[in-house]
Amino acid sequence: MSDRPSLHVEPGKVVLSGAWTLAEMLPRLAELQAGLAAATEGNRQWDLSALTRLDSAAAVLLWRAWQAKWPACLEIGDIHRRIVERVAELPQEMPPPPVARVHLPEFIGRYLLKAAANLRGMIALFGQLLLDTVFLLRHPRDIPWREFTANVYKAGALALPMTALVGFLIGVTISYLSALQLKSFGADLFIVNILGISIIRELGPVLVAVLVAGRSGSAMTAQIGVMRVTEEIDALSTMGISRSIRVVLPKIAGLTVAMPLLVLWTSAVAMFGGMLAALLQLDLSLVYFLENLPRVVPVSNLYIGLGKGFVFGFVIALVACHFGLHVKPNTESLSANTTSAVVTAITTVILVDAIFAVFTRQIGVPQL
Amino acid sequence: MNRPTVIELDGVSTSFRGNTVHRDLGLRVKEGQIVGLLGGSGSGKTTLLREILGLHRPDAGVVRLFGVDLNDPDIRAQRNIRRRLGMLFQHGALFSALSVYDNIAFPLRELRCLDEDWIRRLVHLKLAMVGLGAAHGKLMPAELSGGMVKRVALARALALEPELLLLDEPTAGLDPDRSQNFVELIGELQRELGLTVVMVTHDLNTLAGLASHVAILADHHIIAYGTRAEIMTIDHPFVTGFFGADRRKLL
Repeated sequence: MSDRPSLHVEPGKVVLSGAWTLAEMLPRLAELQAGLAAATEGNRQWDLSALTRLDSAAAVLLWRAWQAKWPACLEIGDIHRRIVERVAELPQEMPPPPVARVHLPEFIGRYLLKAAANLRGMIALFGQLLLDTVFLLRHPRDIPWREFTANVYKAGALALPMTALVGFLIGVTISYLSALQLKSFGADLFIVNILGISIIRELGPVLVAVLVAGRSGSAMTAQIGVMRVTEEIDALSTMGISRSIRVVLPKIAGLTVAMPLLVLWTSAVAMFGGMLAALLQLDLSLVYFLENLPRVVPVSNLYIGLGKGFVFGFVIALVACHFGLHVKPNTESLSANTTSAVVTAITTVILVDAIFAVFTRQIGVPQL
Repeated sequence: MNRPTVIELDGVSTSFRGNTVHRDLGLRVKEGQIVGLLGGSGSGKTTLLREILGLHRPDAGVVRLFGVDLNDPDIRAQRNIRRRLGMLFQHGALFSALSVYDNIAFPLRELRCLDEDWIRRLVHLKLAMVGLGAAHGKLMPAELSGGMVKRVALARALALEPELLLLDEPTAGLDPDRSQNFVELIGELQRELGLTVVMVTHDLNTLAGLASHVAILADHHIIAYGTRAEIMTIDHPFVTGFFGADRRKLL
């Protein structure tokens, strides 16, 4: 093919021909670079008039081979000369793009400041919610019922199958493992206590919180984040519609209402799984189990579980909305904030759970 | 002049959920032409552009770029074709996680053949070509104005030294002055680099300032394709409606 870039060294003169373009040069780049480097030695005359095409990538290559000086004698077409001139006009010393160096103290400090800013943002959001609630109590016509019910449906009803499946499996697992231990002590009947207290009081709420943080929390952050990227939030504001009343409040209220219901449902299914496993493993009849459950597990455990669900739902939605509202208009920020939302939500839920454990330690545990 | 055909569309038919967009559409673009693709809203101009890019596969028909069928199963042939074309998306489609500099350097780095000094020179060259300075390289796409996004996107489209440049609404969203500059810029680059350009536009000034040929997409196919003067003589409801009294403006 005549169009391939080629280079001949004639006595005292270098002749370039063919199409010197990036696409044509790529397959034999090393060869051409070596050829140019060799040709530059002692040659002051260049003939580029036989070139069919010259693009700027090739022009840069030539200019570098000429060590940023015009050769003493150069034959070149006008269009091609213009292309090389463009390269020649560039400043010789290009500053390399700055590379950000990270120092450890700076990194930690920045991290702490960011955490403080997030905490402050969430408190501000909470305050805004209180103000909105007061406003809505005064103007009940503005309560966004449709958005609220839609959120209850999305975060609650649609999560039922998944939480049921996970709850059931966890119930079976705990029951099975406890049964093995209890059998060796001959304390089979205590399976009811163990399952009842652990699932209703602790596992049900935390399990649902983790699942919901991953499922609904991330969805909320992503949705609000994309609405920010596409300027939908701004569009709402320009129509005089408060973003916190229409977007944030229904999400938080919806999840806060849906979570206790989900906790109840998941605890029930987990108990059922535990009962089945106890029946198979210990021959404990379902009737016995159900008759003894209210006796050994005080009802205050259920209240604690539901209360936890209520608080967890609120925390997850608040964290998710806070991070969603702070998404910057780029893809990196969207993914970073969604990750932060889920991680922060789960961490906060476990923290709140520990606080619950400390303050409710006197309540609902039967004293033997 | 017997110049090689760059784009060849033959019998292309497309439909979305039963809505016919293209029916038996054919188009041949030769090297060095600047083709303005005109058509009413929803006539499938952007779809046609996406089909030329290989982003959307038509239901029937053949799309050939540089003589290579886009349905060719050879991955390397496909990749080589992609390297010979540059696309300017309507909203820029800059990678929002990368700075302006990295956006332009990205396709060059992907070649894995060029050293950093070469890439740096090329990026600064492209930035200079579209009228931006080295300082702009540090900015993130979110910090750019609409016109600058277009310029950076053009610089990125030109990064691989394409032979075929596809433009989707190159001047939409720019003020008349900027859009005139942008048209001159593309025209100058086209002359220097010998590009083939296909653009979708609604703007008569852009069309008059740039296009050597005009293709009109209506009734699901290309109803007319020719030089600007030839197009003016066509009597079709879309042509009369689109240009109205401004027919002469195009000349």
